[in-house]
Amino acid sequence: MSAVLDGPGQCDKAPAPAQRAQRDPRLLWWLGAPLLSCCLALAASQGAYAIGLADLPRLWALWWRPADAPFDPELTAAQVFWHIRAPRLLMAALAGSALGVAGAVMQGLFRNPLADPGLIGVSAGAALGAACCIVLLPLLGLMPIGFAAGLSGMGITMLGAFAGGVTVTALAWRLANTQGQVQLANLLLVGLAINALAMAGLGLLTYLANDTQQRALNFWLLGSLAPSQWATVAAVLAPTVAALVAARWLMRPLDALALGEAQARAMGVNVKRLQTVCVGMTAVAVGAVTAVIGMVGFIGLLAPHLVRLLMGPRHGVVLHGAALTGACLVVLADTAARTVAAPVELPLGVLTGLIGAPVFLYLLRQRGTRP
Amino acid sequence: MDLSANDLVVHHGNRRTLALPHLHLSCGQVHALLGPNGAGKSTLMACLAGLDLRASQRVSLGGKPLSAWHPMALARHRGLLSQEHQVPFDFSVRDIVQMGRYPHTDRPHPDEASLVDACLQQAGAHHLLDRLYDQLSGGEKARVQLARVLAQITAHPDDTAPRWLLLDEPTAALDLAHQHGVMRLLQGLAARGLGIVVVLHDINLANAYADQVVVLRQGGLVAMGSCDAVLQPELVQRVWGVACHRLHGGVTQAEAPASWSRGWLAFS
Repeated sequence: MSAVLDGPGQCDKAPAPAQRAQRDPRLLWWLGAPLLSCCLALAASQGAYAIGLADLPRLWALWWRPADAPFDPELTAAQVFWHIRAPRLLMAALAGSALGVAGAVMQGLFRNPLADPGLIGVSAGAALGAACCIVLLPLLGLMPIGFAAGLSGMGITMLGAFAGGVTVTALAWRLANTQGQVQLANLLLVGLAINALAMAGLGLLTYLANDTQQRALNFWLLGSLAPSQWATVAAVLAPTVAALVAARWLMRPLDALALGEAQARAMGVNVKRLQTVCVGMTAVAVGAVTAVIGMVGFIGLLAPHLVRLLMGPRHGVVLHGAALTGACLVVLADTAARTVAAPVELPLGVLTGLIGAPVFLYLLRQRGTRP
Repeated sequence: MDLSANDLVVHHGNRRTLALPHLHLSCGQVHALLGPNGAGKSTLMACLAGLDLRASQRVSLGGKPLSAWHPMALARHRGLLSQEHQVPFDFSVRDIVQMGRYPHTDRPHPDEASLVDACLQQAGAHHLLDRLYDQLSGGEKARVQLARVLAQITAHPDDTAPRWLLLDEPTAALDLAHQHGVMRLLQGLAARGLGIVVVLHDINLANAYADQVVVLRQGGLVAMGSCDAVLQPELVQRVWGVACHRLHGGVTQAEAPASWSRGWLAFS
């Protein structure tokens, strides 16, 4: 019977079939881990206080010196490194991997390479939450010292932003839910409306804000890794690691989902649970990262694309690959933000957009011209 | 292990799209599902596959309601080929067929490595193995998806329970040779004990290869039985509104395929 089927196939062989060699998923770690290490080493050595690459090994030995230790020129480098630069690098890597893996998960879930984590309203919600804390709380007399005056002010804004991101995502999820089922096309539209609503709220709050508040709000909306401290790193660590661990469980169901929702269900995938886990994980991880470092665009969109281009579209490599790529991108972008116009620090969100958008456009052009 | 449905009623909004008092399909046979557009064929397929959660208590496979099956176990026992073949991202053909092995993750086949090749070979798409799925023609995609479903229901050698294959218009995008090739493949699978349900629009294709024909119209069962008994001009006139005439095969060649002797329908 297969002879009949094979017959015509052999004569219509394509002249030059477009092929992609099957790449070993382990290559991801062999390539990605050294790349991330190089990025981190480069980022560690650059900055306002020059630390030579050769000094880095020596600094490991002085790993914990209290910041308020008596001044000692020998130890200054170690103090700068361990209290300012190291938490910042770690935060960059964590934020990048959370945004990257969340972007890959959203693209897999929506079966659309143009999806990004902001789609479900988490970024806009976080922005609204932060704006509420910055503008409304002082009106109620809850923050007499004003924004950014010390850790407590920052902490409250961060908590507000996180709560805003998660709440708005939950609201979008609830509104997209009809008769116990979430239609993804519906979630997309609801997310669009919710985003517009949150942006309107944000606009209103920006209009009401005074000068100081407006500056704080701007700083937050443009994104920056400056508020990285060990405490904030610890806060972001748990959601990011949870997202990376969840990704291990998500990769095969997301592959199956690429065939379509009905087919995935016929193959035994619990699509409802998959959707819930994907959206929940994105809300928590991206919400936490956005709450701490503000709005950083394009990483969630770009990182999965870069991985797919190099390693193929299987989620086994795309999810963790996007985390690695996202980490590299944010570490590099932050290094550029700190050094390009030193001593002025450029906003991180501006840099990721400046670097990310042209790269993305280039990829799109490549896609269009591929035979 | 038979597939049966009782009191199956499906509503889409206020419209009743399917109402079947009883339907019994047995393994080892090719069942062709026929009917005009909007007759409820795809709805019935979704119900038989267990995708409609409300209907899954009314459909049973091997005497057990679909709602009582574990989704993974059900996925190993019946495959569904739907009409939607669109896949985002540029997966290779090998990736696509491998996705069919998803329900077997916990207990791989001993020949897991060569399984993708074997399934593509069966579906007549082996030469496409390393191509990108997105760049295939519609017919090639359909054959790759067929290979994927075959991979899904390929059982571990220890598991001898018969499998079910539900195919929604598998021949729609295929050329003449591949249409017959696929139908012959289904016939061969049924001979090996699988149960096959296939939605077709070509009545002559059903007439040539099906063991049982199920005709639907407006969500209801019109007739069910052997091709000879069901596919008569009066029924075709009644269901499709097309006049036809049944010709009986006068083929006398000794080596003529069995299907030639079944005759065919000539449409005016």
